Order: sequence, then C-alpha cells, then structure tokens
Amino acid sequence: MPRKLPRKDVAIIGLGWTGSILAQELTDAGLDVVAVERGPWRNTATDFPISYMQDELRFRIQHELFLQPSQNTVTFRHNASQTALPVRNWGAFMLGNGVGGAGVHWNAETWRFLPSDFVLKSHLAQRYGAGFIPADMTIQDWGVTWDDLEPHYDSFEYLCGTSGTAGNINGKIQAGGNPFEGARSRPYPTPAMKQGYGHALFGEAAKELGYKPFPQPSGNLSQAYTNPLGVKMGQCTFCGFCEWFGCANYSKASPQTTILPVLMRKSNFEARTECEVMQINLDRSRSSATGITYVDSSGEEWEQPADLVLLCAFQLFNVQMLLHSGIGAPYDPNTGQGQIGRNFTHQTVSGALGFFDKDKYNFNPFISAGSIGMCIDEFNGDNFDHGPLGFVGGGYIGQVQTNGRPIQTSAVPPDTPAWGSKWKQALKDNYLSNINVGPACHASFYAYRDTYLDLDPTYKDRFGRPLMRLTIDLHDNEIKMSAFLTDKYAEILQKMGAKQVVKQPRKGPYDITQYQTSHLCGGAIMGDNPGNSALNRYLQSWDVPNLFVMGASAFPQNCGYNPTGTVGALAYWSAAAIVSQYLKSPGPLVHA
Amino acid sequence: MYQMSRRQLLGSSAVWLLMSSSAGRADLIKGGLPWRPGATDPPDAVTPGGWKYFSPPEAAAVEAFVERLIPSDDLSPGGKDCGCAVYIDRQLAGPYGRFEGYYMFGPFQSGTKQQGPQSPVTPAQQYRKALAALDTACRAKYSGKAFAELADDRKDEVIKGLEDGSLKLDGADSQDFFKLILKDTQTGFLADPIYGGNRDMASWKMIGFPGAHYDYRDWIDRHNQTVTLPPVGINNHPNWSP
Repeated sequence: MPRKLPRKDVAIIGLGWTGSILAQELTDAGLDVVAVERGPWRNTATDFPISYMQDELRFRIQHELFLQPSQNTVTFRHNASQTALPVRNWGAFMLGNGVGGAGVHWNAETWRFLPSDFVLKSHLAQRYGAGFIPADMTIQDWGVTWDDLEPHYDSFEYLCGTSGTAGNINGKIQAGGNPFEGARSRPYPTPAMKQGYGHALFGEAAKELGYKPFPQPSGNLSQAYTNPLGVKMGQCTFCGFCEWFGCANYSKASPQTTILPVLMRKSNFEARTECEVMQINLDRSRSSATGITYVDSSGEEWEQPADLVLLCAFQLFNVQMLLHSGIGAPYDPNTGQGQIGRNFTHQTVSGALGFFDKDKYNFNPFISAGSIGMCIDEFNGDNFDHGPLGFVGGGYIGQVQTNGRPIQTSAVPPDTPAWGSKWKQALKDNYLSNINVGPACHASFYAYRDTYLDLDPTYKDRFGRPLMRLTIDLHDNEIKMSAFLTDKYAEILQKMGAKQVVKQPRKGPYDITQYQTSHLCGGAIMGDNPGNSALNRYLQSWDVPNLFVMGASAFPQNCGYNPTGTVGALAYWSAAAIVSQYLKSPGPLVHA
Repeated sequence: MYQMSRRQLLGSSAVWLLMSSSAGRADLIKGGLPWRPGATDPPDAVTPGGWKYFSPPEAAAVEAFVERLIPSDDLSPGGKDCGCAVYIDRQLAGPYGRFEGYYMFGPFQSGTKQQGPQSPVTPAQQYRKALAALDTACRAKYSGKAFAELADDRKDEVIKGLEDGSLKLDGADSQDFFKLILKDTQTGFLADPIYGGNRDMASWKMIGFPGAHYDYRDWIDRHNQTVTLPPVGINNHPNWSP
C-alpha cells in the first residue's frame, strides 16, 4: 500500500516545458503546486558546463541526457498483423528525461502553425471537396482556432525571447518575414539570428527562384534578453552543439533559462525528482481524479492527493498514463471507437545531400546553431494548390543545418568506399564543402485509422507495466508529398551551385532505427466533442474534468512545423482557462 | 555512474532535501535553485597503456584492423597510431560494451529490419566471438597466419570478405561484425581525443574541424573563409579559448 502524503491543490506529472508553464501560472494564482518528475534535476552550470558540454560522443552518439530504454521504451510494428518488438536502443526519435524535459535538448525551432492547420479537415473539404481527402485519413479540426491561440503563441515567444523576422503583423505583410504566417499581434521579441554561409546562400538561391525566404524563428537568441518574468538569457555563440545537448550559454530557451529560476523561489511550489508516477487515481465514480501515485528512487510507493491533476509528460507517456490509469476508452482500430491512442502521428522529414566544389565553397558547417538557417513556406500546409498533385499536406523547406560535428554529420559522395585511404580523402575533400541538413523538408504527418497507440501484450517496463505499442507506417499521401518537397529542395541546392545532389525522400516502410525528429503527436487529442477526442478545447479530459493533459498528445494530426511553439501556446491557453474559468467553478469547461 | 555522482550532490545544498520520514527517498527541491560550485560530472579521460578488455591476440588483431580501415597516409596518421583500438577497448570495457541502458527484457525474437536490432549479444561479446573466429578463418586460409600477421593486401582481402559477407565467421555474422568495427573505428577517430581514438586531434586537423571552441560570433559573418583557429579538445588544451 502506498503511504499517503498531505493534500496539494495541484499535482503536476512531469517538469518539462508544459509542467513549468502550468506551475508558474497556477502558483501565481495562489495554488499550492507539486511537480513530480521521473528524471533528475538538471541545471546549466552543473549539468551543461562549457568545459565539457561540447562532446559529440557522450551527448549525441551515446545520448547521455536522454531517457534510457532500460527505464521505459516502446514496441513497434507496421501493422496489426505483425508482432511488435521492443525498441532496445533509440533510433527514430529521442525521449528526454529530467527537469526541463525535451526543452533541454531541443534545437529551439519555435514555429507557429498556419491558421488553416487548426481547421484542417473543414478547410480541405471546402477547397477540394471532402472526396479529395484519402478515405482512411482521420484528420480533423482542433476545436481551437488561430485567433484563440495567437495571444498564447505571443506569451510563449516572449517567455523564450524568440529571434525572428515577422512576416505578418496585424494583417500587414512584412518584408523579409514569412508572408504565409498568420497575423501576429507584434514582432518577435528579438531580431532574427545571423546566418552562416550555407544558410545565406540558400536564401539567395531561393530568392532567385522566385520564393520568399525568411530566417527560421529561433529560441537560440540573437541577443541578450530579459523575459517578462525577469529571467535573463545570453546571446547564442554559434557553437554548433545544440540539439542533444544542454546549452552552456543560457542562450537556448528552456525551462531552466526562462522559468525555473523564478518558479523555484516560490513558497507554494516544490519539485520531487527521480520519482516515477505509476497512475492517476480516480474516485469510485471514475469521473474525478483524487491525485497520483508515484514510486521514489528507493522503490517506495507514495500517494499524493490533489484537487487538480495536470498530465505534462512527453506525448507517449501521457497516453500511456491514461491507459494505465483506466481513463477514457482505448482506441479500437477495427471499430474506430475509443479515443485513447487514436490519431497517433509523427513527422515526415526528408532532405538531400549537396556536394560542392571544395576549391570554391567553404561552408564551415561547425559554425551553426540549433535554430538557424533560411526557409521557404511556399509548400507548407495548404499554401499551394494540391488539386493537381494528388496529396494533401506539406512542410517548410530550409537550409537549417545545425552543426558540423564530425561523427554524425560528415557526408561523403555515395560512390565512396566505406573505408581506407579513399574514404579518408573523400571525408577531407567534402567536410567543409557539403550541405547535409537532415530534415531540410520538415513536413506534415497526417492521421490514419490504422496508425495508433495501445498497450503491448508481451513486453513490460521495469515496474512490470505494459510498454506502449506503436502501430505506424508511412502512407502513400506522405510518400508522394515527401518526393515532391525533396525535389523542390534539390532544385534550390542545384541553384546554390552544388555539383552533386543526392536526394533522400522519405520512403516506406517506417523505420524505427532512422532518426526522423522526436515530434511524436496525438493519442489523446483535443476536439469539439467526446465522440472525436479525449480532451476538450481547453485540454481538459472529457472523462475526468479535474484532469488536464498538456503537450503534443493533443494534436489531432501533425503539421509541417516543429511542434514546441504550439505546445507552449496550448499550455498558456489551457492555463488561462484553468485560472479564469475552472478555478471559479470546477467542472467541465465544455458541456458535451 | 552518472546517477551516483548526482546523488553526491545531495545533502550539502540548503534547498535540496532528501525527503525522509515524510516522503521517502525523493529529491525534494524547493525554495530556490539547488546549486553548488564544482558539482559537475566531467567525462572519464582514457589513459593509454595496457588493455582493459582485449586479450593480447585480440588487441593485435584490432590494431591491425583499424590500421587498414584508416591507413596511415599523407592525410593523417593511421588508425593504430591514432589510438582507435584503445578507444574500442575502453568502450567495450565500459557501458557501451554491455548494452548499458538498453532495453534487455525478453523475449528476444527476430523481426523486420525496420524494427531494429533484437540480439541479446552485447558488443563486447560480439567482438570476442568474431575476433576468435577471424583468426581461425585466417589461419585456415593463409597457412596458419593470424589476421595481424598477414600482409596489408591480404588483410584488405579479408576485410572485403567480411564486408560483402563472402568470408564466413564461425559463430558470428561477418557483415554485422564488419559494420560494428567500422562504426566503432570511425567514431573513435572522429570523437574528442579524450576518448583515446583521435590522438593529437589527427582527424580534426585532417578535415578542418576546430573541435570544442564555443564561440564563433567573430566568424559568423565571415562567409566562405577558412577558419584559422587551431583545433582544441575538451581536456584543457593550451589553445583553448571559448
């Protein structure tokens, strides 16, 4: 039996971006808040010091800051007829661990989704007819709109100090920004990042081809910044050790660099680290949460009663927690019924290698940042006519190369021997003069009836709980889209002057060993009624109204941008609804 | 090991309490940011000399192998002199060699290629089996000579046989072993010199990577120019400056 602790107003599961934002907002509202975090405490000065953070082997190749599969992993299969097998070491995505969550190791690309993304199904049906959407595609509208979220995107960007060039301020298109973005209420808090040679050259080539390139919005800051909480951040130094690493400079937006210094000083907040939550407890009616149960690092179980529970873990673990706690009905792909696990999506990324004449081009790829580079948005969302193309969706295309770390990023032309003096020569000849972005085409991954999450029948975690089972594959729509976008990117590389371009469009089958971003989405999605979603438009559980579920698990499908900007905006949107509506009258904020 | 050093932080910080009677062994943090000078967890530097995992014959084979994968030539010293075998030895003796952190619960069943490796055989075990089988295969084929005793062109012939799978190893998959030793050798060669396989930053000098410099603000606008900063490693090279 777990030992029972004194009651708190709010119990938060996971102290990453959304847990930190919610804790900050709810402690400001006067509530007594505890956050329970699976991983360790992490701090810039002690955990990401400048004296050894620049270590590719330790932090990128052996991913020391991440969750280890021995703690918790997933199983994977392409379809329901296969036996799912465990992911024994990470590949297709990387899952964070510890205070700060994925906010520690992200690249800090800080995008907003398009206004049409939030009403995707009705928008596409209106423009192309409902029959244009593939029959097995289960996309839907979000239940929130751009206008609902704009103030909250603004809050997240000003928290982070995001560096960028606005493309649309209150409906007025701005030179040098993204002309396709929704109308924003004010400029970015800091100007856009400077660009390296390869990034700038891409922008010039894209412009010559008639596109409207703009700098990628960045949570690595172009200049020092003090956020509205009074927390100070430093200028990015283009060290090239960003994604997979913590930032030693206080220049990458993270809970550590934007919120925690303020939050941790509050007498009505505490964090408990190295404690793994086992379940959300429900009362006898199973329609109200009574708190959470967790296991501490000695293996002892504790019950933490709370009036309000906020599930703020990573997407996969949010869905797993709901299933382990018996909240909501598990999704059944045969009937389409049940919401928990439905509309699981990832990201469709692709690129091309560009090899240039070494005597004319020196890109110094190591001079870079997590979120840098020039992008075009002509082929994102529904910014272009899909009618003749036979697919829906799209993504941004950019020269957004983040590093020149030699183990991971060194590319040699495809006809090079794998070893020996010829390999060495090719490595030397191409290291400074190739462009190897990885996700140059960062595109949508829409939802399908046969792509979902449930509990694995065989494999268990170290506590004996079933692992999450991923049933996921690439569908024709995404494969066509990826080929189209990759061709567009390759044309720009040619225009830049590449002597050899090697296209790498995303193809099926889905490969769990190939990194494809850590942007897993869906499984506990938001919507306008309990028949099509797990959460209402405020991220409140339809089944258990004193439970709110943050993060990308709420995305009905994934769009052609990095998700964190929208995750942050939704967290502020939900926090505002809790403070202004829920606390005054606890109960469902939307009546089904 | 990392967990241990984290635990050492506990106790001396005014704001970092070990919850005891009231709430078990949770790290309870409140009242401010827990911080203590010097409470960091630096990497373990490899010290050359001796072998931690390989037997002398295994070490001889791996040194000979890495010297063919990365031959000494005009571009750089070879894999042996760069320490790639030392790098692999230390890795196999550590967490990497025993799949530490991997999900190791069974059942172990084979699946599709896209489902990823499912073998319970650790890298350390894989090297042990494959290196023994490699010498056995070489002795059978080349009048009793072990791999390390072969002439360079014979060694290359053997490596190509592993690469294309035409040379079979008893008890080990030759292509899997080739991929493993190639990946490990190139990783060690290109990693920070603190790990033993990139002595004197030989690979970084060859390709033009300046290493662990932390500040390129003076260089970001200098497009298409050769960076003249000498390379530095993370272990206190005299030329280190951020």
